[in-house]
Amino acid sequence: MLNIENLHVSVGDKPILKGINLQIKPGEIHAIMGPNGSGKSTLSHVLSGKSGYTVTEGTVTYDGKDLTEMAPEVRAREGVFLAFQYPVEIPGVSNIYLLKAALNAIRKHQGLSEVDAMDFLMLVKDKVRLLEMDEKFLYRAVNEGFSGGEKKRNEILQMAILEPRLCIMDETDSGLDIDALKIVSEGVNSLRSPERSFVMVTHYQRLLDYIKPDFVHVLAHGQIVKSGGADLALELEEKGYSWVENKQAAA
Amino acid sequence: MNTVIKSRYSAEYSKVESALPGRSAPWLVALRAGALDKFSGNGFPSIREEEWRYTNVSGIEKNLFVPTDQPSSATVDKEWLDRFKLPDCWSFVLVDGYFSAELSQLDGLPEGLVVQSLAKTLDTDAEQVKPYFAHAVSDDEHSFVAFNTAWFCDGLFLKVSKKLALTKPVQLLHVTTQQERLSTTRTVIVVEPMAEAQVIETYIGVEQAYLSAAVTEVFVEANANLTLYKVQCESAKAYHFGGTYVKQARDARFIHHNFAFGGLLARSDIHCDLDNASECDLNGLYLGNQRQHLDNHTRINHLQPNAVSREMYKGVLAGRSRGVFQGRVVVAENAQKTDSQMNNRNLLLSDDAEADTKPQLEIYADDVKCSHGVTVGQLDEKSVFYLQSRCVDEETARNMLTFAFANEMVNKLTIKSLHDLVLTQVLERFPQQGISIDWL
Repeated sequence: MLNIENLHVSVGDKPILKGINLQIKPGEIHAIMGPNGSGKSTLSHVLSGKSGYTVTEGTVTYDGKDLTEMAPEVRAREGVFLAFQYPVEIPGVSNIYLLKAALNAIRKHQGLSEVDAMDFLMLVKDKVRLLEMDEKFLYRAVNEGFSGGEKKRNEILQMAILEPRLCIMDETDSGLDIDALKIVSEGVNSLRSPERSFVMVTHYQRLLDYIKPDFVHVLAHGQIVKSGGADLALELEEKGYSWVENKQAAA
Repeated sequence: MNTVIKSRYSAEYSKVESALPGRSAPWLVALRAGALDKFSGNGFPSIREEEWRYTNVSGIEKNLFVPTDQPSSATVDKEWLDRFKLPDCWSFVLVDGYFSAELSQLDGLPEGLVVQSLAKTLDTDAEQVKPYFAHAVSDDEHSFVAFNTAWFCDGLFLKVSKKLALTKPVQLLHVTTQQERLSTTRTVIVVEPMAEAQVIETYIGVEQAYLSAAVTEVFVEANANLTLYKVQCESAKAYHFGGTYVKQARDARFIHHNFAFGGLLARSDIHCDLDNASECDLNGLYLGNQRQHLDNHTRINHLQPNAVSREMYKGVLAGRSRGVFQGRVVVAENAQKTDSQMNNRNLLLSDDAEADTKPQLEIYADDVKCSHGVTVGQLDEKSVFYLQSRCVDEETARNMLTFAFANEMVNKLTIKSLHDLVLTQVLERFPQQGISIDWL
């Protein structure tokens, strides 16, 4: 589904990612862990098409297509979804308006007609219940005045409605208390399917207690320095990032 | 201003003078004479005056705008007027400056509510107006006020008596129907103690050059409540100068919504004098396009303690348009516990658009809470990317954000028909690609 080969990315003149290789198959959950400044967020931004990054070398292929050539909205319509670390507040645009605009953009991309108003409302209300949100949130401006936990839940709500095939979750656990973390994780788990893949970018292991990854990769200094199964996260938690960083230095 | 212009208006004045209302009230005759003297001496304001430094009015001197000598409702396209006339209001229509009973709808006014032509009131019972006229603003304020006092031919006298809460709003429609017309109107609004009212001032005109010069004096008495709306949709070739001067007694509440959409050059002055524990809330939205120049001046005078003022003005400037915001808050020495917030935000949509913003705080008291904030900028790129990551193309994302920025001010309107009218005006003025009105 997603194939990253020898990806080098710079911001201005400064190289951030220095040769990432990663293969993600349908249905898999990959966790990307790493210390601050290792390039985790850069990776999720580059995959979703944020401007300001230059791919200097390597390729990113999504379903056989060059992802880096696509505008952010085209990636989104093709099924790539970024759950933001810091969801943006958009005063004046209601949540439900954005959801509808987004869903219709996807349907148009797929050659389908606009969603029926009643069907849409049923779908949205259904997902709102799943995430234990108040329906009033739908009619409020996007993320405006939401608490940290509400913003993250709202991201998962969008994900649940847009049904992407590749979900990139950027530090979704940051700023969440245990209850919110549980609700968000349950929401994500309910979206797991043999066709849908996840990339979870996280600093801490605790999210992985709730969403069990198939693979864990450790990013340091712009490279994946170690890959393994879910157990690797536990080992990291115990030994700290210096363990892999030191190993890299020794090598 | 050159003397030719002054003498042109002075020469015109002698032609219309005898037909102006209030000739039988000596106090008004004296006021008019004084005002004419001031105008003849100073002419229209010049950019050398601090309050006019961003707004050059010399363009109006290219034409000689003259009042109509034959007021008539026949020149009004009714279908067009109906687009602006709100269905659930009493409406009071001024055509080229003169009251039109035919186009107005004043059936079922409750006892205690006066809505009538100012000219008629001055000619039949001038004493009713005397305690208010020129009491909220003096002719020394600036030349357009003096000009208005000298020239006004009609207007509205609106009075809500004590404890009366109006069940529906009063809409005042200023309609200009002809090229080179001068519409000079004066409005006096009195809301007596503990009364409540909503008044909507609407300015429209045919797509011609004309000059609309209006002064509205407002008295919100003790514990009274007034929400005043100004929807300025003048023609894109017109000049508009409108001043709203408000005196608030103790515990009075005044809310203003100012929408500046039309005019080649349009200026609004909003002044509030605040007595003890009164509150004012000033909202504004100006949308500039092409070569429009939209100027908004506000002044809030905290004269007594414990008053609260809030102000939020937003501007969206496209093309080669220019927006001006000068907001001044003055806190008098004894106005302790004043609580004041002023905000002005501008969005520039093109490299040639310009915003001039100047917030001023003058504080003479020592126990007050005052703040102001000003921004001039482009759309937030983080927000654009966020929308793109949610499948929205870049152009639509930008339109949505621009629209949302303006819509925040529209959404404050609680009268449904007014909300829809203003929303339509906003949508007409901006690119709508990707925006669907039925979702809003």
